[in-house]
Parts: sequence; structure tokens; C-alpha cells
Amino acid sequence: MNYEAVIGLEVHVQVKTRSKIFARVATGYGSPPNTLTDPVVLALPGTLPVMNKAALDAIIKTGLMLGCEIAPVCKWDRKNYFYPDSPKNYQISQYDQPICLGGAVEIELPGPARNIMGEHKKIPLTRIHLEEDVGKLNHGATDSLVDYNRAGTPLMEIVSEPAMHTAEEAFAYLTSLRQTIIYGGISDCDMEKGQLRCDANISIRPVGETKLGTKVELKNLNSISFVRDGIAHEIKRQLAVVAAGGTLVQETRDYDGQTGASQSLRSKEMAHDYRYFPDPDLMPVKVDDAWKARIRAECPELPFDKQRRFFEQYQLPYTLTSVLVPDHALSDYFEEAVKLGGKPQAVGNWIVNDLLRELGLAQLGYSAQIMRDSKRLTEEQITETGTFFSRKSEHPSLANIKIRPAHIAALVGLVEAGTVLNQAAKEIFTEMFTTGEMPDAIAEKRGLKATPTDSNELEQWCRESIAANAEALAEFKAGKDSAINAFKGPVMKAAKGKANPKLVDETLRRLLAGM
Amino acid sequence: MADELIFKPVAELAALLDAKKISAVELTQAVVARTQAVEPQVRAFNSFDQADALAQAAASDARRSAGQGRGPLDGIPVGIKDVISVAGQPLTASSKMLANFVSPYDATVTEKLRNAGAVVWGRLNLDEFAMGSSTENSAFGATRNPWDLTRVPGGSSGGSAAALAAGEAIATLGSDTGGSIRQPAALCGVVGLKPTYGLVSRYGLIAFASSLDQIGPFARTVEDAAIVLGAIAGHDERDSTSFKTEIPDYRTELKQRNGPWRIGIPKEYFGAGLDPEVAAAVEKAIAFYRAQGCEIKQVSLPHTEHGVSVYYIIATAECSSNLSRYDGIRYGHRAKQAKDVVDLYFQSRAEGFGPEVKRRIILGTYVLSSGYYDAYYLRAQKVRTLIRQDFLNAFREVDVLLTPTSPTPAFKAGEKADPLAMYLCDIYTIGVNLAGLPGVSVPCGFSSGGLPIGLQLIGQPFKEAELLAIAHAYEQAHNWKDRHPTL
Repeated sequence: MNYEAVIGLEVHVQVKTRSKIFARVATGYGSPPNTLTDPVVLALPGTLPVMNKAALDAIIKTGLMLGCEIAPVCKWDRKNYFYPDSPKNYQISQYDQPICLGGAVEIELPGPARNIMGEHKKIPLTRIHLEEDVGKLNHGATDSLVDYNRAGTPLMEIVSEPAMHTAEEAFAYLTSLRQTIIYGGISDCDMEKGQLRCDANISIRPVGETKLGTKVELKNLNSISFVRDGIAHEIKRQLAVVAAGGTLVQETRDYDGQTGASQSLRSKEMAHDYRYFPDPDLMPVKVDDAWKARIRAECPELPFDKQRRFFEQYQLPYTLTSVLVPDHALSDYFEEAVKLGGKPQAVGNWIVNDLLRELGLAQLGYSAQIMRDSKRLTEEQITETGTFFSRKSEHPSLANIKIRPAHIAALVGLVEAGTVLNQAAKEIFTEMFTTGEMPDAIAEKRGLKATPTDSNELEQWCRESIAANAEALAEFKAGKDSAINAFKGPVMKAAKGKANPKLVDETLRRLLAGM
Repeated sequence: MADELIFKPVAELAALLDAKKISAVELTQAVVARTQAVEPQVRAFNSFDQADALAQAAASDARRSAGQGRGPLDGIPVGIKDVISVAGQPLTASSKMLANFVSPYDATVTEKLRNAGAVVWGRLNLDEFAMGSSTENSAFGATRNPWDLTRVPGGSSGGSAAALAAGEAIATLGSDTGGSIRQPAALCGVVGLKPTYGLVSRYGLIAFASSLDQIGPFARTVEDAAIVLGAIAGHDERDSTSFKTEIPDYRTELKQRNGPWRIGIPKEYFGAGLDPEVAAAVEKAIAFYRAQGCEIKQVSLPHTEHGVSVYYIIATAECSSNLSRYDGIRYGHRAKQAKDVVDLYFQSRAEGFGPEVKRRIILGTYVLSSGYYDAYYLRAQKVRTLIRQDFLNAFREVDVLLTPTSPTPAFKAGEKADPLAMYLCDIYTIGVNLAGLPGVSVPCGFSSGGLPIGLQLIGQPFKEAELLAIAHAYEQAHNWKDRHPTL
């Protein structure tokens, strides 16, 4: 019998708000333990939660971007369970009335090759709700310590329908969801920092069956590739159990990304009774049309929509859009340069090939600088990576590098006009990146402009070149157009490489036509 | 002089302070001395910090001398129920669970009292976590009724009522979830006001049942209650359930509202179980209002009989969740020999909570359990809506409702060993909490045995000014407030 897998994902995403969801304490990662706390976060006797509207804004934005229906009222429930990372021993969450219902995530499956676009699909969502994150336990040899810094960070739970069938789809879903959320400025979705966490519900069933099979919840998929590998492993495990004549049990399993194995955490019988009930400390919050309209105005274009627009509006190839579009800032940078007059394809090429390379080097150099200061790298190692930024400066990023869209647009313009040649343009680019000077000034200063000083002089060089190569002249006259190239080398040599190739071509043709 | 001071109302003491006839330090010293003298008998306090109180009093005197007095409460010792947070002072809820807990922050009401210049005074005993009607469920010993030390002061704010009646404070704060201010006020012969739900911030009040809890004042007179209410009422952005409403000058309003009022007598509040002497005293009060020209109208609150059941589902459900935070992990009692974290929870909570608290946590956990939620909690919420509707219907015909506060005067300590018998102490007060209304208990006489009897007036949401004016009219025509227990 043939089986298919059915996969649903539950994704938790920390919302990037300045303060916690129910307390006036800063959120953050990496602060000394228990410094981002106050009486409310620690659930001291008598404290009460007060909702941070920015968190609700963020989830409404997520919902609107993903096409969810936004509930007219935001209602809070308590999810009751005891665990030391939960200061109140209940979590404020949303049970029967999530703020977002329905919606979908558009995904792109891998194409037949890296430079060919893959199939697109929409994975429907069940719901998205808002809740508070818990603290973190650190287990020592003889004791366990709790850090409540993370407790109370706003957390969205995004639940997909059981509508995926392969680990690749789940991977694509998570990639797209992550990109969309980053696009909205809702979260940085850094899985290493726990800003995005994923659990998967996986079952198998005979192909053609419509009922769901026995579901296994896979936890601790804490990187995007672990999600793919863990799901693939779980599907294989389930198929093996069934193939061996066994029966699957409903359970929660813990996936270990290092070993690639999973083990049972608890069975269905051990499932919690969370005793949900409406939180009497928090009043339901009305979300009216004006509120939704305000948020809708802040929603960015979705990545895949932008990609389609880039195809149409700029005729960019997939290879460029697939680099530009996933990075919101990069695509903005691109559009800004185009708006300033740069030819889209050329601008795209400079950004994708040269800018990203230089930026990458600068970032490496910055890291190396820091490493050197901590005496972990030798001088040679530093020199190899190159340094553009001093230790005191910021980590190089698109936002703070000296080269701006205007530089790219100007450079593309110079090349287009034939004022500078490709090789010179590369040199100019590197210098622009370092100094932030405009390309025109650099070309001028370094004598990289392809301007023949005198057209009489150019014409003279052309005549000399034609006269010196009778063979090529004969070929050209016989109709071999490419023979013209043979005359160009000596002209360029005479011009010391600074002749405008367009002009050279024109002049040669004019002279040849009269022969 | 000292004995006279401790039984004077705030309004009178404020005049003496303003006229520099007495100082806040003298007044506080008198209260401290009285407390030290009678505490062995009354046991109204879990703790008090006289040095701190005297320092606050000295600061008050300095303000007055500098012409920066903050009004009638400046320099007045106000006792605080030990569920309301006072920075740097113990906050025990009369539970072993919090026996050694010191709160690092002020409750909003504490902060507001300080802003009004009051001397924040002592930690007053209660039934553990405000669960009870006699203040016998305290981990630190029962409080006694100053009128008869063999009897209970009522509860759960028994310490707040007894301390005031015994002259150990000039006013006090309590909290009322099902009658915990009004019932002990009645049993101790003082005024006790439970404000409309949402009028006073709950921030810093240890939660028992969040949708029912409300802080309110105990005072010698209705006017004093108005003064304290004015100081503590108002929207607080730290409490999402606190209401944005204009706070009137309750004290001035007392004198500007003269009736006659339409007074409703809910027939369901005068049935079986009502002590004849209490009934007679309340009847006399009704007669007084009638004689004043008020329209007396019998009304019906048909869902009254379900009040106690609904209350013990909703209140226990909320408390089972609210008290989860007492787990021995971050603060509070922690068992010494726990094997693992689950064992730590079991042992710490088994040792830290008393029997009534455990009973309610178990009950509340049960009613919220999967499969029972709809039958209990959800159903109770629906009936709660009907109970509220009963009151709102009645208020279409009348301005205020008049009932006994408690079915009986103070009962003997140990008399109500059966929890259900204890729960019935609150049958006249519970409905007010379920409906979120304001209610005030005012002394209306004494039993033949010399025990105080209380009259309950129930007002419309946020109409405390009118409610207090109606109570004030009665109080001014009677002299019950001039009697004090002899200790």
C-alpha cells in the first residue's frame, strides 16, 4: 500500500516589541539573568497584567499580511499548568477566540535547478493567536536555575492546517513564513535566539484516504534544516512502524538534531488538562475597522508579490529577484537606485554580484578586527580578510555602508554612456564602497574615464589602424562584420585604453564605409 | 485625651490636626498605645511597625507646619488588611505560604493613601487568602470580636473590622469578594463599604477571585468612609479592570443629596435563617426611611437562591488559578526535602496552604476541568448574568436596595465547623459582588446580648455618592456609632 504523510506546523514567533506583553519591562536577549523582570513578570503577590497594544498591532499586521480574518474582539484566556519557567503557573493565551483565523502562506518549492523558479502553492492556516513566552531553565549538576528574562515576551502561535505532505514543503513553508514576518518588521525570526520555534504534527495515511492518521507531535525542531530533517526522519519512522505491522501511538516526540533521532516525551494519556478559562484580569479589547485600517496601511507588499512585480516591472531574471526580494532592505535599495535612473538589470547585477560581495568582505573584516582585538587572529589573517571598518564603527550592513543607491545609479549611467569601461567600473565600485565618493569623481581623479580627448586624433588613429591591416579590411569589405574588431585593438592601444569604445566603433564604421 | 482620640472619626481628628490642637505623632502614639494594650485580647494585627508609623506621622506634622497639609487623611493612621501590598512590609495573606514574604512595592491604594498623607499602619489579620467569614482561617491565629471576645469578628477582613472597633486604627482598608468588608463591619459595629467593581484599583491586592475582589474602607462614620473612598478611588493604568470614571467629592456630596429616595426591599433577603433580632433592627431602619418620606417598595431578585452556588463556582475557579503562583519556586514557603520539582510543588503547597484554601483550590480545579467546564463554570457565568440582571431590573424602580448585611450577629468562635454553614454567612452579600455593585454596611442597632447589627444598602454601579448619602441620612439620625466596646 502506498502511504502519504500529512504535516501541520505550529510555529511560535516572538514579536519584536520594546516592552513585554503584560508588563512595562524591556524585552531582550542575552541580558544577565533575571534583569528583565519586575513584580509583574515575577508574578509577585498582587500584581496584574496590562496589555501592550504594540503586541496586538503586530499580530494584526501578521494576520492581515497572511490574509487572515481578524476577530472583532481580542479575548484573553488562562492556560493553567505548573512548570518552573512559568511564573504564574498559568500562561495568558487565547483559546477559543484567536485574534486571527484562516489565511494562508504562499510557498515556493525547489525548482529543477537553482536558477529556475519552482512550483508555488498556498498552505492554508488554521489560526494565529497571541500569548506570553515563558522563562528559561538552566540545569546544573545539582540544581536548576530559572531565568525569567524571556518570560512575558509577546509570542505568536501560527498554526497551519494539516496540508503539507513532504519535508520539503514544510521547509518551504517555514522559509516563506519567516520571510514574510521579517518583511513586516514583526520579528527577526532568529531561531538561534529562540525568536522562531517550530513543532510539527505528523501522520501518515494510505493514499486516497481522507481521514487523518494517528498524529505524532515532534518538538525541538530548532533550526530550519532540523525541521526538514526531523520531519523526513519521522515520516520514515512511521512508515517503518506500519511496514513492520506495528501500530502508531499518539504521542509527543523530542527530535535531536545532532543525532537525527527522536524519542517519546509523553503519550496521549499524559496530555495536560489546561483548564482554560477567560482571564478575569484582562478586559476583552475591541479591534475596530479603524484599527485594522491603520495597520493595513503599514503592511508591506508580500515577498512573492514583489517578486512577480519585479519580473513585470523591471524584467529582472529569477536569479536576481531570488536574491533581491527575500531581503526587504535590499529590494528597497534596488528600487531606489532604479528610481534614480539606473537601468534595472544593470543595477540588479551590481547589487547582487558586487555590492553583496563587498559587503560580505566588510563584515568579515569587521569580525576579524574584533577577533584581532581579542588576540585570536594573526596580523596575516586580518590582512587577508581586509578591513574597512574600525572596531568602533558599527557592524557593516546595508543601512550603514557608504555606498548608496545614488552611487549605483550614477555608475550604471557612466557605463551605459560609455564614459567608463567595465574593468574601470569594477575598480570604481570598490573605491566607492570604501570611500563613498561618487563614481564620476573617482573616475576623474584616477583617470579612468574613457574619453578620447580629440576626435581628430581618434580619427587619425583609426585611419592608421585600417591602413596597417589590409587583410582585415579585405575581410570586412567581403562582408565579415566582426573583422572590424581587429582595428580596435591598435586604436585602444594608441589611446592608452581611454577611448570610448562606442565612439571608436562609430568612427571606424564611418571611415570603412567610405573605402 | 488618648482614649478620646482613638474613637474619634477622621473628620473630627482632621479638624484638631489642622487647628494644631493635636499632632499626628500624638494621635499615632495613642493608636500604638491602644494597640499594644488590647492586641493580646483582640489579635487584629499580623504585625505592625510602630517606628515606621511614627516616622510617617512626624513627616505629616512637618507638612502641616509647612502649610503643605494634604487634606483630612494627613496624619491619620489607617490600618491595612494583610492582602494589600505595602512596600518594605510583610505581605502574608495570613498564610504560612507567605509567612516570611516582604513586598517590594506599594499597592495602588497604598500609594494613594500615602499621597493623601495617611499614616499607613499595620498588617491586619484575615481568613487565609481572604477565604472565610470569621477570620478563624488565619495561619497566625484567629481575631476576636472586640464586643465579645468569645465571638468572631466576621471575615475575611476581620482584622480590619476588629481593629477599628477596638480603637487600634482610625480607619482601615479591607477587601470584599463575597461580603468580606460588609459582613465583618456589621459584626463589629462599624461602617464598611464595598465599592463598585472597577472603582478602586486592585493592583497590589493579593487576588482571591479577580472578577469579584474589590478594596474598600472600614470607618467609624459614613463620612469617614466617603473620605477614604475619595482617596483610593480612580482609574489605574496598572489594573485593566479599573474603570475610567469621574471621581466626585463623596464627602461634599453627602450633604448635597437629601432624598427622598425610592428604597427597594428584596423579599428574597428576608426569608428563613434570618435572626429575628436582626430582622427587627432592619425593619426599624425601613420604618425610619419611610418616616423620612422615602418610598418603600418590595422588589424581587428571583435568582438570589443561586447566588451562593454561583459564587462558589466562580470564586473557586478563579482562585485555583490565582493561587497557582504560590509554588515555592520564586518566593514564599518552600518544602525542605523535595525529591524533584513536582514533589516540591506538592509538598510546598501541602505545607503552605490551610484546609479552607486547599478545599477551594480543589473545588475550583474541578469546575474548570475538561468535561466539567460547561456544566459548572460556563453555566455559573450565565446565572451570574441573570443575577446582575435582577439587580438592574430592580434599579429601574428604586434608587437603592435595603437588606440585612448578615443573617445573624457575631457567632461564637468555633461554632461553624461545617464549611457550608460558614458559606451561608454571606448569602446577603454575595449577590452584590456577582453583580459588581457597591454595597455598604451601616450599624443599625444591637442584639439583646449587646452585639452589633448591620444594615446593608446596595447601590447602582458607580453611584457611591448617592449610596453613601442614603446611609449617611440614617446614620445621622441614630447614635449607634457612639457606642464602643469595653476592653
